[in-house]
Amino acid sequence: MANALYAGRRARNGLWAAFCYAATAFGLAWLALILGALLWKGVGGLSIDVFTKMTAPPGVRGGLLNSIVGSLIQTAIGLALAAPIGVLAGTYLAEYGRHTRLATVIRFINDILLSAPSIVIGLFVYQFCVVPFGHFSGLAGGVALAVIATPIIVRTTEDMLGLVPNTLREAASALGMPRSLVIRNVAYRAVMSGLVTGVLLAIARMTGETAPLIFTALGNSLFNADVTQPMSSLPLIIYEFARSPYAEQQKLAWTGALIVTAAVLTLSILARLLAAPKRGR
Amino acid sequence: MDMTMTSAQTGPAAPGAELRDKITVKNLDFYYGASKALKSVSLPLKLSRVTAFIGPSGCGKSTLLRVLNRMYDLYPGQRAEGEVLMDGENLLDPRLDLNLLRSRIGMVFQKPTPFPMSIYDNIAFGVRLYEKLPKSEMDGRVEAALKRAALWGEAKDKLKTSGLGLSGGQQQRLCIARTVAIEPEVILFDEPTSALDPIATAKIEELIDELSGDYTIAIVTHSMQQAARVSHFTAFMYLGEMIEYDDTKKVFTAPHDKRTQDYITGRFG
Repeated sequence: MANALYAGRRARNGLWAAFCYAATAFGLAWLALILGALLWKGVGGLSIDVFTKMTAPPGVRGGLLNSIVGSLIQTAIGLALAAPIGVLAGTYLAEYGRHTRLATVIRFINDILLSAPSIVIGLFVYQFCVVPFGHFSGLAGGVALAVIATPIIVRTTEDMLGLVPNTLREAASALGMPRSLVIRNVAYRAVMSGLVTGVLLAIARMTGETAPLIFTALGNSLFNADVTQPMSSLPLIIYEFARSPYAEQQKLAWTGALIVTAAVLTLSILARLLAAPKRGR
Repeated sequence: MDMTMTSAQTGPAAPGAELRDKITVKNLDFYYGASKALKSVSLPLKLSRVTAFIGPSGCGKSTLLRVLNRMYDLYPGQRAEGEVLMDGENLLDPRLDLNLLRSRIGMVFQKPTPFPMSIYDNIAFGVRLYEKLPKSEMDGRVEAALKRAALWGEAKDKLKTSGLGLSGGQQQRLCIARTVAIEPEVILFDEPTSALDPIATAKIEELIDELSGDYTIAIVTHSMQQAARVSHFTAFMYLGEMIEYDDTKKVFTAPHDKRTQDYITGRFG
C-alpha cells in the first residue's frame, strides 16, 4: 500500500490541510480577539445606569438610554420601509420577471446597491431627506438604513424563492390556483424560514451602521423619540465617545460596542438556526 | 386488471367508437420556441376510460398531457396550434379562463408535490378556491377525498401534521386526494409512479383503476406493463407523432405499425 507515489500524495495532502487549518485559525483568532477585547473592556461598564440614564457631558455619570432607544427607532423605520419593498421586489424578480430584461437590469442595479459604500448612501439621503427640511432627523437616519437593508432583502427573497421547485408551482396551478395565491400560500410558505432569515440579516446590518447616520440622524445627547428631530444611536455614540479624551466616555463607548455586537450576534445566530432545518431536507 | 372493453371485439369500426369522447385532440402541433415537439397529433380521450400515452423519452407524451390543462401557458415561448375539444369547447382558446379549466382537469405529477402545510389543508386548500363550505362539510369532503385515495386509514389520526412527513407513496396518494377533492372531470397522470417503489406503485395503479369509473383519465408512463395493466386505450407516440392509437389489448398483441411493434417488444426505447 505504502508505495512512494502514495506516500508523497499523503504528505502533500497533510501539508495543504495544515495550511487550511492555519488560515482558518488566523481568521478566527481576530474574531476571538475582537470579542475578547469587547468583553474585557465592555462588561466592566455594564450597569443599570447604562439602560436608564442619558449620555452625559464629561464628568457627569451617564448612560446610553437615548442611544439605545434611537437605534431601536431608526432600525424599526428602516425595517418598515425595507422589508415590504425588499420582499415585493424579490418576489417580482423570482416569480414574474424571471427571464425579462427588466429583471436583469433590476438585479444588476440591486447588486451595485448591495456593495455601495454606506457613506455614499448617507450623503444621498442627506441630499433628499435633510437638506429640504433644513435639519437632521431620526427619520432621515431610518431612510438611510432602509436604503442599506433593501438590497439585502431583495437578494435573499429572490434567492429563497428560486429554491422553490417549479413542480410545486405547477402542482398548485394544476388545482386552478391563481398565480398570486400560488406565491402567497405555496411559494412563501415553502421558504418562510429563509425569508425571515434574510430580514434578520438585514436588521443585523442596520444595527451596526454608522456612516449613513452621521449625515442624517446626526446624534443627540438628549432623549428624543421624535423622528423629525436629530436622534442618537449606538454606533454614533461609539464613534463620538471612542474619540473622547475622558475615561468614563471611553468606557461607555466600549459598553455600547458590546451591546451592538451582542445584538448583531444574536440576530445572526437566530437567522442561522431558522435557516438550518430547511437546508437539511 | 380485467379488461372488459366492449369495443375490442367490434370489427373494423374505430376503436371505442360507441363510447363518447370526453376530449378530442385534432391536428395538434406544439412548439418549444422554434422546435416542434408535436406534429399534427389527433386522438380521443374516451369518457370514463383510461388512456395511456407510451413511447420513448422525448416522444412528446408529457408535452401532449401538459397541453390538455394548458400547463405550458406558465412558460413563455411555448405554444400549441390545432384543436383540443372538451365537450365541444376548444381548450386552446386564448380567452379561456385557465384557473377554471384546471379546476376541471386535475393533474398528478411525476414527483409527489405536497404543499408545505398540513395533510388536511393540502386537500382543503384546493376546495376553498372554488367553494365556500362550512367546517363540517369541509371535514366530510377531506375525509371522502382521503378515502377515495386510499389514504384515510393511514392519515386520519394525523390530519393536522405536515404533508411533507408522509412517505413518497403516501404523498402521491395525498396529491391524488387533493385532485379528487375539487371534483374535476378529467385527471391527468404524468408518470405518477416513476418515483415510487413497487408496492406504492401497485396501490396507485389500483387507485387509477377505481377512479376510472368516475373520471376520464390520461396517464403518461414509461412502463409498458403499467400501460397494459391500467389503461383501456393506448396511444403510442414517437418523435412527436401519434403512431398508433387503439384498444390497449390490440396495441400490445397485434399492433399495426412496425414502430409500435419494435417498441413494445423492446427493440428500442
